Amino acid sequence: MSSILKKAAVVSIPNVRQALLRSNPVLASSLLAKRAYNSKNGVEMTVRDALNSALEEEMTADEKIYLLGEEVGQYNGAYKVSKGLLDKFGPKRVIDTPITESGFCGLAVGSAFAGLKPVCEFMTWNFAMQAIDQIVNSAAKTHYMSGGNVNCPITFRGPNGAAAGVAAQHSQCFAAWYGSVPGLKVVSPWNSEDAKGLLKAAIRDPNPVVVLENELMYGVSFPMSEAALSKDFVVEIGKAKIEKAGTDITIVAHSRSVGFALEAAMLLEKEGICSAEVINLRSIRPLDTETIINSVKKTNRLVTVEGGWPQYGVGSEICAQIMESEAFDHLDAPVVRVTGADVPTPYAQNLEAYAFPDTEVIARVIKRTMNKKIGA
Amino acid sequence: MYARVSVRALARSIPSKAIKTTPAPLAYSAKAFSTSALSMDSHKKKERVKVHFPGALDSHFSQVLEIREKMEPIDTFRVMDTDGKVLDKSLEPEVTEEFATKIYKDMLTLNVMDLILYEAQRQGRISFYMTNAGEEAYIGSAAALDPEDEIFGQYREAGTLLYRGFTLDQFMNQCYSNDMDLGKGRQMPVHYGSKALHFQTISSPLATQLPQASGAAYAIKRSGKKNCVMCYFGEGAASEGDFHAALNIAATTSCPVIFFCRNNGFAISTPANEQYKGDGIASRGVGYGMHTIRVDGNDVWAVYKATQEARKIAVEQHKPVLIEAMTYRVGHHSTSDDSSAYRSKKEVEDWKRHDNPMVRMRKWLESKGWWDEARENAHKSTQRTAVLKSFAAAEKRKKPAVSEMFNDVYDKLTPNLIEQKKELEELIKKYPAHYDTSNYAKEN
Repeated sequence: MSSILKKAAVVSIPNVRQALLRSNPVLASSLLAKRAYNSKNGVEMTVRDALNSALEEEMTADEKIYLLGEEVGQYNGAYKVSKGLLDKFGPKRVIDTPITESGFCGLAVGSAFAGLKPVCEFMTWNFAMQAIDQIVNSAAKTHYMSGGNVNCPITFRGPNGAAAGVAAQHSQCFAAWYGSVPGLKVVSPWNSEDAKGLLKAAIRDPNPVVVLENELMYGVSFPMSEAALSKDFVVEIGKAKIEKAGTDITIVAHSRSVGFALEAAMLLEKEGICSAEVINLRSIRPLDTETIINSVKKTNRLVTVEGGWPQYGVGSEICAQIMESEAFDHLDAPVVRVTGADVPTPYAQNLEAYAFPDTEVIARVIKRTMNKKIGA
Repeated sequence: MYARVSVRALARSIPSKAIKTTPAPLAYSAKAFSTSALSMDSHKKKERVKVHFPGALDSHFSQVLEIREKMEPIDTFRVMDTDGKVLDKSLEPEVTEEFATKIYKDMLTLNVMDLILYEAQRQGRISFYMTNAGEEAYIGSAAALDPEDEIFGQYREAGTLLYRGFTLDQFMNQCYSNDMDLGKGRQMPVHYGSKALHFQTISSPLATQLPQASGAAYAIKRSGKKNCVMCYFGEGAASEGDFHAALNIAATTSCPVIFFCRNNGFAISTPANEQYKGDGIASRGVGYGMHTIRVDGNDVWAVYKATQEARKIAVEQHKPVLIEAMTYRVGHHSTSDDSSAYRSKKEVEDWKRHDNPMVRMRKWLESKGWWDEARENAHKSTQRTAVLKSFAAAEKRKKPAVSEMFNDVYDKLTPNLIEQKKELEELIKKYPAHYDTSNYAKEN
């Protein structure tokens, strides 16, 4: 676990905005547009605040729920996600732990076995590797191995995947690793509504759930519907959302990549090239293959987008499942995966930008796929 | 991992003007020269000045350059000698005949069950087994617990389950992974679990149960119940990172948990003197700021009394306690091990003869007139018959229903599991010759 990260977290937010705007002029304009958009037609909320409300609402409703992790209490959270919670609920419900992922994760798992409902925060999912045995061998497998006698109603959460300028040991995406484990549910929110609804669903779910947030999204604002602001708003785990309907090609993405995919789709629609349907996975496990299959049957083309590594990744799994399903007969072109580069994340800003897919890369791949035709 | 700044650069950056002579340390206040009884002594030696650093508030400054290798070794508490004689009359156990003989009878039953199941594995009837030979005295610790104290074991504490009332049938059913197994046939033999008896299902990865025990203890503290958690592990598992994480977090989070280390001298073939260089596991407890005791693990009454005291501390003060029980593993690590590969048979025989937990307890019972040869033979014989009976019954039973394979991955089946289950059902129906399910219990 690194304390360099604390500094990066504070510094990264303005830097991230600059980096985003520099590399994505289209996104920049739409972001700016969103920010200039006031509450004329509703409330706007950052992903961070959405997570904070989810935690606060659930902890108010059920006193068995408690939060633990490094810096979650007095510091208000390394990324301020747990701001104000220690003040409201006290040290019995919000616990600052020593630096020991295996220790506090194990403690959380044990307390879940004994009837509490912990929310275990990892400063980033990279550090959770030091506790992965507790997550996989204990939390995920115990209900099964105990013959259904021991329950583990735990929620693991924290930022996952790309950050900005924090190099390889702070930037790995764990969607594929945890997504492969039976016994775990894995969700990956993109916007504020996803974040609030999925975290609430995860906390209420009696199974162990992995919530993969994204640091770069914490400060981004999104409009929140009336329904999303309610205390009982949950997003169903295992169901994807069609963010933008389209007819010519299906783009499936999760987390931050959804934003880039939408940008690429809007860009190509404006240029008159194609009408893309963008699916926000929301859940990595269970995977909503039904929504993807139905979309492919309509559009006949599929591109997957993720920030994680290509080998054995989320896109690989979607390809395999689509190929094994009836959707295979509807494909007019091979499925293509857009993924992070197959390297440990570089530190230098220019190299880091090349290591993750952005709007331009996705648009290029969509165009290429649109030009393909099986048999031609 | 802080950013490394060159010390020279740091020194250079401090202007010499800024360094002024520090004023006399705060300790040289009127208090230091009080005429209390304590300081009468210190007039003779130089006054000890307390440290103010937030990380070591109990320390004192010293002008002695001493890099210590060891502290005073921790004593091993015992009640009886190897002949079962109580060494200090004030420690004579105040227990009823029923209570004391139950412990010994369970030790005997455990022995009998171990022998038969070990042989069963050798004959290929069960896949795996681990015996408790030489360590039976740990049952004394179970006797000091409340039935609702949660137990997290490692794998060599079946005696605690036996003490709490797990039946021979239940033991056998788990070892045979049949349809009556509480674990539904999903675990290796000896990975017992019982919700009713507050015994957490055994988990194979070593030491993962330690931080979990801290967590369960935290949950108990939150609930207000006057219970604690008992967590067993071996001296080898204490090398794992989880051990250190667990003890530190139990101490800092104030969890009512007793960490009971069975130091039996071996971790498969690794002897204790290669497992660690310090003064056993007990020295670590003190290091983590918790109450610690080392006991003679072959002495039922020492183990019993230590656990009693530890339980009081845990439940009344919400503080963790470490008990290191010194013992000797007479048997092999498991059926996958042949210990003659790394120790002499003579060494094992010597231990069995000179320091035997069964013999010590038996002699104590006999000295009270509560046991004799006849009762010994009778109990062994009835237990052997009972074990063989359970064994035969368990062997005959079918395995759990095939559909159980898909249950309990989650609380409810997910769409992909429902799909797979349906596919399997159709295959079994279509090709009964290739999918023989006669050995499996019928579907519910």
